[in-house]
Order: sequence, then structure tokens, then C-alpha cells
Amino acid sequence: MGRGLEPRGADYPGEVILGIDTSLGTTVAVVDADGAVRSEAVSANPLGHAEVIGTLLQSAIADAARGPIGATIAPEPVELTHVAAGMGPGPFTGLRVGIAAARAFALGRGIPVVPVVSHDAVALELLLHDALTGGFEDEADDTFAVVTDARRREFAYTVYRGLDDDGLPVRIAEPALSPRDELDSVLQARGILRRDADRISAAMIGVVAARALAAGRTVGPADALYLRSPDVTMPGPPKRVVA
Amino acid sequence: MTSAAPLVLGIETSCDETGIGIVQGRRLLSNTIASSMDEHARYGGVVPEVAARAHLEALQPAIEAALSEAGSTLGLDGPLPLSALDAVAVTSGPGLAGALMVGVGAAKALAVSLGTPLYAVNHLVGHIAADILTGEEVEYPTVALLVSGGHTSLLLVRDLTTDVELLGETMDDAAGEAFDKIARILGLPYPGGPQIDKAAADGDPTAIRFPRGLSRASDMQKHRYDFSFSGLKTAVARWVEQREAEGLEVPVADVAASFREAVVDVLVTKALDACAAYGVPRLLLGGGVIANRRLREVALARAAQAGVAVRIPPLSLCTDNGAMIAALAAELISSGRRPSTLEFGADSTLPVTEIQIAEPDAEAAA
Ligand SMILES: [Zn+2]
Repeated sequence: MGRGLEPRGADYPGEVILGIDTSLGTTVAVVDADGAVRSEAVSANPLGHAEVIGTLLQSAIADAARGPIGATIAPEPVELTHVAAGMGPGPFTGLRVGIAAARAFALGRGIPVVPVVSHDAVALELLLHDALTGGFEDEADDTFAVVTDARRREFAYTVYRGLDDDGLPVRIAEPALSPRDELDSVLQARGILRRDADRISAAMIGVVAARALAAGRTVGPADALYLRSPDVTMPGPPKRVVA
Repeated sequence: MTSAAPLVLGIETSCDETGIGIVQGRRLLSNTIASSMDEHARYGGVVPEVAARAHLEALQPAIEAALSEAGSTLGLDGPLPLSALDAVAVTSGPGLAGALMVGVGAAKALAVSLGTPLYAVNHLVGHIAADILTGEEVEYPTVALLVSGGHTSLLLVRDLTTDVELLGETMDDAAGEAFDKIARILGLPYPGGPQIDKAAADGDPTAIRFPRGLSRASDMQKHRYDFSFSGLKTAVARWVEQREAEGLEVPVADVAASFREAVVDVLVTKALDACAAYGVPRLLLGGGVIANRRLREVALARAAQAGVAVRIPPLSLCTDNGAMIAALAAELISSGRRPSTLEFGADSTLPVTEIQIAEPDAEAAA
């Protein structure tokens, strides 16, 4: 770890980042340090992460060899420098598949993992999109919450306001859970705009990682963002069999 | 792949052990096991979500430890480089779904990262493959009795890579679970197996005649090789409660010894019955419960009387481990089998007849 923080020579070709996220569907992408998306492979299915992760990795890497999307250069194997892992929040079972894959892939290549809060990818995408389209122009500093399905009648949400000097979304409040029917009142009371996401872009996971690396910052947690304790029932005294 | 002794790394995450093993053909290079058993102790049994979380945290350190161990086994200067691997192998099932998925996700990514073939294999058949790593010549057919906290299965193995038949399995609790539950009834800590063993050391195994599940003549038709431990558990609980109700002290040593005897008796009787019925004079034992001293004793003594040769791999290869998964994959490779395609998932109820999962030939034929 920490390889991204080492000084680079002039011949350093720049980061090429493999992004992986399984906090909602399963997505894999390869992006350059400047944010150019070389490839993206997606399964929108909120289940089946373990089934699809291998083929998505394979196709994202194969497609990336063809250069940035739209480029007409001959395929050339990509020298990946980092793996960006979406750490959640997200339903545990699927979330773990992506994190396990990110770590194992990085280990195989001897490159570092850059952890990213999955909601950061959504926030950055929204902010960049707004900047380009002029959406929410008068409310550039508006506080908004990225909201995703957390199952069990709950939402996961993270509150953001704008981009910082490193071009990273500013987290006003860390990821949290709310019962579905209470979230609106929670957000309205604090004047927070609600922005639901039904997909996480692995490319944006990669871009968040690229910006964090450029700034020499660690912006994601080392461990999965489960937000819930495991379901366990503490055993009471043994049940009596004789009434 | 034509290598006679392929270098394979196996990943096993079907229950509460994160197992990483590396083999070179039939030679064991490393067997690293990280267990989350302690985290389950206060719950009195394996909690699937706790196990799955532990796998995610343990995987990378376990892989690194296994590579170091393999490096020193081979006399290298440092760890075995991952790039030296001929293949990656992983348990696809049966087991706890969420736990299996961690290993499947990691194995696929590792294989794609390295550009090596991937073999998805059956956990139960892996237990049988563990015997290969003992370095002795293995003979088939053999009957195999696999007993752990997660499974209790009686198998007929005609050929490790092509022909494994399920003769019977538990209809309710696994034998290991039964030990855990009885330990709780007796106020002993988790895991129950070693505790019951210890408590039973001074007990009289004939003190109380507890029932032998599915052992009546009427059970022989449909459940000759199946097991059931829930009736036994209830019988022990009832016996203990009645004692307490009468204001008498519970003779923990005798109860433990008598309970253990009932479990061991049923396991060994059915295993040897299978050997006799199929004319197979070989019995292989596997699974964590094989650590139980009384089970080994009774199995060896009664098998000797029946003229059956018993094989018991060392305990580190009996409990869930990655080396057995790697060993099975190495056998598949050596017998010319093609790697699994990448589309498989975790299958918590994978039948034992599916030795390799997502095998391209099998899929084309289907
Ligand atoms: Zn097992």
C-alpha cells in the first residue's frame, strides 16, 4: 500500500486504475488518471455478484486494451497500476464479493488497493454532471444526500456538499442507515436534497481513486462499510424439551 | 495444461475456516488456516455473517502466509511468487452461501489477474482428496465418512475425479453441531467436540443407553446410510432435565461419555455396514470431528475386526482447509480436465456427484 504516494519520475506513464464495485449491481471499469474511461462492464442485477465478477473483470480488461472508448489504436495490454474498491455501503453478501475480488486481483498483480466510499462515486458523478449541464446552477452549494437501497426496508445515505480543491466530493455526514419511511423527513428537516442512485459506476470509483491518489489522500475506509452488526441471536439457556 | 505436478493454490471458505493451501501435484507445499471459531464461541455455533466477514479480512493475509510457507518448503529465498502458479482452485459448495461467495469472488479475480486457469470444486470431494497429500498410495474404491460441524456424509468413492456417490447424510444436525448442542446442555463451552471429549474421559460410556438415530430395522430400507442426531439431542436434554427435576446432580462425565458413544456407534456402524454391503475393505475418515479421540479409537478397533483398512489423514488435513481443494484440482488437471468457465457461483447445496463445477465439456453436453 501507499505506492501511489511515492514520487514519480518524468517517465511515469500515469495511473491506470481498475475500479470494482458490487454495492448494488456488479461493475468493473478501467480508467486513466485523467478520468478517461477505457472500459466499463456492468451487470445491473442486484444479485449474482459472485457469478458475474470474473467475466466482467475479463471483459473490462480486454476492452481496456483497445484504449480509451472511441480510440482506434491497436489493442495493447494495459499495465494496471491500482485497484479501486467500492467499500460500500451496500448489502453485505454482494459487497464482499467486490472487495474480495479487488484485494485478490491487486495481490495477483502486486499493486495497491485504493478504497473508495461507493457513494462518493455517485456524488462525484452528479456534481460533474451538474457542472456540465448547469443543473442546480443556483444551488451549487446545495447539500444533497446520495441514497441507495440497503434492503430490509432501509436506505443507506451519505450527505455531500460540493467538491473540494482536490476535486473530491465533500462528505458532510458519513454513510448511515435510515428506515425507508423516515428518510424524507430526516432530510427535509436539514434542508438536504435527496438524490437516489440505483447504480454505482465503477469508472467513477476509479476517478475518485485517481483524484485521491493525485492529492496523496486516503478517502475510503480500510474495511467494508457494513453499517449493520451481523444478525445474531445470543443463545439463552438451553430450551427445555419437557414442558 | 500438461504438467504432471501442477502448482495449484486452493481457496476454501465454506464455513468458519479461511483455508489457503498450495500443492505441487500430490506434494503439500503449504496449508494455512485462519479460523473465526473464537468469534462464534459466544453464540454457541457458527454465525454465517460473522464467518463471511472474517473470511474477507483473513483472505489476503492467509494467501500471503501460504506463499511464504510454500517458498520455504521449496527452499526458495522468499515467498513463492503467485506468477509461478499453474492454476487457482476454489470451493464452490456445499457450505454457507455468503461465506463461499467471498472465496469465489477472490479466486476468480486472482485467476483473471494472473491469467491462470481456475478450477471450481466440491468441498466434500476435497475432504477425500486430502488423503492424497499424506504421501501414501491411495486405493479406490473406498468408503468415506466425513464428519464435521457442517456435514455428516457417507460416500462411496470409486474414482476421485469421476465417480463419487452419496450413500447417506444427516437428515438434521451435523454430528459436530450435536456435540455443540449437548455441550451447551451440560454447561460446557463452544466448540463442543473437544469439551465433550474431555468431560467424557472419566465417564462410563455404558452408563446411559441413549438412542441410535435411524438404526432400527425399519430404518434400514430408506435410511440405511443416513444419520439423525436430533432425537439423540432431545433424549439427552430430557434425561438431564429429569435428573434436575428430581433434585439430583447431573453426572456430566457419564452423560458426555454415553452421548459420545451413541454418536460414535452410529457413525462407525453405518460406515462399516457400507463397507460390507459394497464389498469395499477401505474406509477413509475426514472432517473436523475426526479429531474426536473416541471416534478414531472405535473406528480403528471395529474396522480391524471387520477386516477394513482405515485411513485417517493428519488433523490439519481433516478439518476444512485449502490444501485439499488444491489437491483435488491438481488431480483434475493431471487427468486432463479443462478449467471451469468463469460463470459459476456459490452453491450451498452442491451435490457430491458434481466434483468439478462449470466444467466446459459437461456444459456443452448438458
Ligand atoms: Zn468440511
